Amino acid sequence: MNAPINPLTGYLLVAALLFAIGLAGALTRRNAILVLIGIELMLNAANLNLIAFWRYGPHPELLTGMMFAIFSIAVAAAEAAVGLGLVIQIHRHAHTTDLDAMSRMKG
Amino acid sequence: MSIVFYVIAGLSVAGALAAVLLKNTVHCALALTLAFAGLALLFLELDAQFAGFAQILVYIGAVAILVVFAILLTRGSETPQDTVLSRNPLVGLVTAAAIFAVLGWAVLHSSLSLPQESAKPQVTVMDIGNALMGRYVLPLEIVALLLTAALIGAVIVAMHEKEAAK
Repeated sequence: MNAPINPLTGYLLVAALLFAIGLAGALTRRNAILVLIGIELMLNAANLNLIAFWRYGPHPELLTGMMFAIFSIAVAAAEAAVGLGLVIQIHRHAHTTDLDAMSRMKG
Repeated sequence: MSIVFYVIAGLSVAGALAAVLLKNTVHCALALTLAFAGLALLFLELDAQFAGFAQILVYIGAVAILVVFAILLTRGSETPQDTVLSRNPLVGLVTAAAIFAVLGWAVLHSSLSLPQESAKPQVTVMDIGNALMGRYVLPLEIVALLLTAALIGAVIVAMHEKEAAK
């Protein structure tokens, strides 16, 4: 571990930290929108890993990690749109965004 | 590791921490935008220009705005300020800390065997376009279908109930 620090290690550590922060937010907050924010942070941390491995791995010209990250961004956008639409609809129905109060699926 | 990396990484981590720690949900959304911007800068620092600008367009331009809209539309029923945390937040914190410990341990112990190509990748947007239209055309079509389905689904889910009943 006394070797000069690999640049990839720094990015992976930042991504792990962001993932842990997002997970802590998703697990500890009560507001459904803040749980979604935590999930977005976790997805972004995974994207950072993909891009970092693409940059420092062999054969960047094959674009594998880059494509993975781009598709992941697209899927995350779809997830955010549907998730926030659901939260708005639940709020309209039950007048709350408190996850502990959302204990029934039936209206 | 350059000083630029440390500054940008600190910015992203600070934004992420603020996004999950602040009590006011609007401030959380703004801090989330800061974290997204920091991540976009990290992508640019990694020579992934296309992904960096896609991150800015999609996350800062769309997802952050959507989050702000959702927060403002559901603002009337804010949970009281003293109960922003779930019933047993300690379990979540311990889980997150344990996962960070495991990930950090794994990264640090494998740092010698990680790949370390120093050559800057020579990839233009044209290469990305060719790859999307060639090798990755099937995933591209599937993502297009998914986005269409998500768009229609989100509109139907969020539609007013009176209109949906018609």
